[in-house]
Parts: sequence; C-alpha cells; structure tokens
Amino acid sequence: MKQLMKGSAALGEGAIQAGGGAYFGYPITPQNELTEYMSRRMLEERRVFIQAESELAAINMVFGASVAGARAMTSSSSPGVSLKQEGISYMAGCELPGLIVNVQRGGPGLGNISGSQADYFQAVRGGGHGDYQVIVLTPASVQEMYEMPSMAFSLSEKYRTPALILTDGILAQMQEPMELVKINAARSGDQSWILDGCKGRAPRKIRSLLMEEGALEAHNRHLQKKYIEIKNKEQRYQLINEQAEIMLVAYGVSARVCYTAVQEANRKGLKVGLLRPITVWPFPEKIIQELVPQVKAFLVIELSAGQMVEDVNLAVNGKTPVYFYGRAGGACVTPEEVIKEIGKI
Amino acid sequence: MKKLFGKPESLTTVNHKYCPGCGHGIVHRLIAEVIDELGVREKTIGIAPVGCAVFAYDYWNFDVTEASHGRPPAVATGIKRVLPDRVVFTYQGDGDLAAIGMAETIHAANRGENITVIFINNAIYGMTTGQMAPTSLLGMKTTTTPFGREAKIAGYPIKVSELLVTLEGTTYLARGAVDSAKHVLEAKKAIKKAFEIQLSGKGYSLVEILSQCPPNWKMSVPESLEYVRKEMMTQFPLGVIKDKTGMTV
Repeated sequence: MKQLMKGSAALGEGAIQAGGGAYFGYPITPQNELTEYMSRRMLEERRVFIQAESELAAINMVFGASVAGARAMTSSSSPGVSLKQEGISYMAGCELPGLIVNVQRGGPGLGNISGSQADYFQAVRGGGHGDYQVIVLTPASVQEMYEMPSMAFSLSEKYRTPALILTDGILAQMQEPMELVKINAARSGDQSWILDGCKGRAPRKIRSLLMEEGALEAHNRHLQKKYIEIKNKEQRYQLINEQAEIMLVAYGVSARVCYTAVQEANRKGLKVGLLRPITVWPFPEKIIQELVPQVKAFLVIELSAGQMVEDVNLAVNGKTPVYFYGRAGGACVTPEEVIKEIGKI
Repeated sequence: MKKLFGKPESLTTVNHKYCPGCGHGIVHRLIAEVIDELGVREKTIGIAPVGCAVFAYDYWNFDVTEASHGRPPAVATGIKRVLPDRVVFTYQGDGDLAAIGMAETIHAANRGENITVIFINNAIYGMTTGQMAPTSLLGMKTTTTPFGREAKIAGYPIKVSELLVTLEGTTYLARGAVDSAKHVLEAKKAIKKAFEIQLSGKGYSLVEILSQCPPNWKMSVPESLEYVRKEMMTQFPLGVIKDKTGMTV
C-alpha cells in the first residue's frame, strides 16, 4: 500500500528496517527531520540514539558502535560532513563498516540551506586524508531513500569500508508516495574482527597505525585491491532510452529534473536519454564506455559548478563531446533550462 | 611453591616502547592487575589514545581499539551503548583528553556514560617530543613555551578532575600518582574502585594519574619524581575529588 512520506523520514525508517542498531546525530539544516525521526523511532525500537555534542563526536560514536558490531550510522549536512571526514578516514583505515548520510546544502562555508550537489568531490575522491574510498549511493526518490540504507549497510559490511548516502535538501524535504516494502536486514560479510570481549578467543585489536617497515604500504595495497574489486562489481545505474543520441547524465535530484526534460524532449521528437548513476563511487564508467559509440554527446547536469562531469570525461576519454550545465550555490536546474541546453548541442 | 609475583594475564609479553622512568608502564600494569582481579579480562574493551600510549593495544591482552586524537570518550560511548554489559575504558593523556578532546570528555561525563577514564597527566605532549600541554604548569619550559609557560600567552594549567565535579553525570573522580610505592598502591585502589563502579552500573568514573616524563621534562628520573611531588602535587592535589557512591575503597 502506498503512503505519503517525507524523504528524511523514509531514509530513517529504511535504516531502522535494515537493522540499524545505533544512530548518532547533531543538528544541522536541512537534515534535522532525520535526527528527530530517529530520536523517536530508535527509542521505540529500543535501539541506540544519541544527540552528540558535535559531528566529530557523532562519527566517532559510529566508529565505536561499529567496532562493537552494530549497524551504526550518522547523518549531517555539508559543513557537518566536512567535520566527519577525520572519522571517515579512520574508519576506512581500520576497515570498519558504517553509514554516513550527507543531506547536501549549498556551500562553500556556511553557504545556505538549499539543496545542492556540491559535495560530490568530497564524497567520491576520499574526503579525508589518505588513499581511501567510500562507497557512495545516490537516491533519486523517497522510495529509494527508504530502500538505500539496507544496500549501504550490506555493501559496507561486505567490503568493510564506510558507505555514504549522498542526497540533498530537496529530496530530504520533499514528500511523495512510497511503499514500505520489506527490507533485507541480514548482516553480511565476515564478522571475525568485532570487539566484544575476548571470551573463548584471542584478543583482537583495531588500528590504522602501522609503523613497522613496509606495513602501511602493504595495508594500502590491500585496500586498493578491495577498491578495485568494488569498482569491478558494484557499479550501479539506471538507463532511460538506451538508443538515445544525446545522453543526459545526472544523479539524485538533478536526475529527477532530467526525467521531466527527457519526456519533454522525446515529445518533441528528440532522441534524448538519461543515464542516472546510482553509485557515484564506484562511478558507472563501464556503461558510459559502452554508450560512447552510439551517443553523439553527453550532457551532464548537476547542482554544482561541475564535479561529476570530470568522472564522465574520464570515462569518455575524449571520444565523444561532453557538455555540462549546472547551477551552484543552492540554486536548482529546471527542465526548461535542460531543454535549452540540449538545443545548443 | 607459592607464586608471589608475576605478569598479570591482562598484559602481553610485548616489550614497552616507553622511556626509562616513564609512568605509563606502571599504570598499564595497574589496569591489567585490576582487570585480572575483577575477572573481567574476557569482557573488557579498551580504547588506546593518540600519544605515547598509542601502542597500548600491543601491551594489553584483551580487546583494544584505537581512536583518533581526543575522541576516545565518543568511541567508548558507541561501544558501551551497543554492549552495555562489557567493561569499557579509555586511556588518555592530557593533550588527548583536555585539549583536542575536551568536548568529548565533558559530554561523555555529562551524559553519565557508564565507562571508566584513566587520565595520564604528565603536563606535556610526550609523543610529539615535549610541547606544552593544557596541564603544563606555569613557568614550565617546553618546546613551545621556551621561556616557560606564561598565563598571559598560554593560559593556565587545567584541573580536569575539579572541572568535572560540577557535572551531575560524574560519579567518581580521583587523582593519584605513580612517584612512589605508596602512591602506586593508592592509585591502584582508585582504578579498581572506578572499574567496580562501572561494573555495578553506577556511571562515569575518571582516575587522573600524575605521571612523570623525564626526557621531555629534561630531568633525571629522580628529579622528575621530585617534580611530581613538589610541583605537580601542589597544582593537582591527590585524593578523591568526588564520590557519589558512598562505597569505600
């Protein structure tokens, strides 16, 4: 049965249905509804909820809860996610699973509280210090906001690396019909690293400090091998009109704008399609490479000054023209603007 | 034959990397002895800090995780809330606990987290070779206070235990030292009580240990012990600072 639900609440409920055992948050607009939702629902479910003293504390509580074996998560918005980068780097170094939600707002600095997609680089290029990656998932509907935490938790556990849901203030704030479908809450991956007391086994340690000669390089080789496996196996996307001559590329809320633009363009007889990355790390480069021979041009649409367009360019590698249109600073692209850009090609 | 002295099961056989005269090794051992005596080694999870004790996970023979600089109380909170029946403690130095991690320290205490904090106060950053700590005494020469700590430039030494007294969430706050056999035994009693408080679910406990750092203080070991007794103990008096339990040691 369909019901009307707000994006932030849907994400929270999806995390709860996915077996999320611990949530740690700190107020920042436009993601407060998620923290508020969890403050009620997690206690109803007798799970862990803490309003932390800072985003730094919240991500380190996630670190601790993950060490102890819980499906742990935190959420924030852009400036707050910057503060979490230290903790995310440590989690990647210690190979701890966990879920971070970024409800993006306009930046840089305090910016504004409008929806934005300007944290793409921070999400997919590592964000914190060191050579690491986090798995980045991008919902484009309230339904996906609900279903994605389960996918994020299980990928994060399978590969023992943090997962990030990269969404924005528009998707988090909007309501639309969705269905509370059954969610998979089964924990995945090896669990022989969890610290729960050394009863009946040798003591374990969790660390990212590797001072012995060559140890850190070996650890980095291991991490890179894992990242390559993720790149090979976990690229996800949605493709609309695969025979299109002009292929829009957009994720999240800008993909929603592009759906409308594609329909309008098709009505006008234009052969326009949409490639919507669902994972932006790993970036769905394989499908882009497959599309290159038939597509006359790619048009990347973002709510930023142009970030994901770099990944499209890397995948296309100069073989087809790549155009970009975006609005920065919390402004939103309209379908009319997209149509106009298509007309310029 | 009766065994009178030996290595606690809660210590590994890994050699410490600590400098001669350092107090860390003594406190590691006291914690290990207490954990053995309480019979909780198999349900203990320790949190190692950033600082000289960063390798603590090599020295303790139970589960230990690292934490980023200053964040052990937040990490401990995450672990303890998920596994409330385990024994969770942090081991932190003055820079970790009272400078970069002061917010985490105060808020974990204020929430009354049922954890134990062992706080090593040696008034200096040891691992980074001798910079001023928030607890460095006025006049103390460090690599970042070459003319001695001056309040006008660098503020005053923070009395962490006294600072936490006003927080409703704190149950037990005590300060000890490891400069003499007598004080070592007293410090052990305070550490044991702090763990007992956690085991009985009574809430947040912190034991501050005044410790010596001969190389960074540019002193011989005997001089450093004298400095603890004469200077440190004047600024940071030993004893129980707060005890809401009524339990006797």
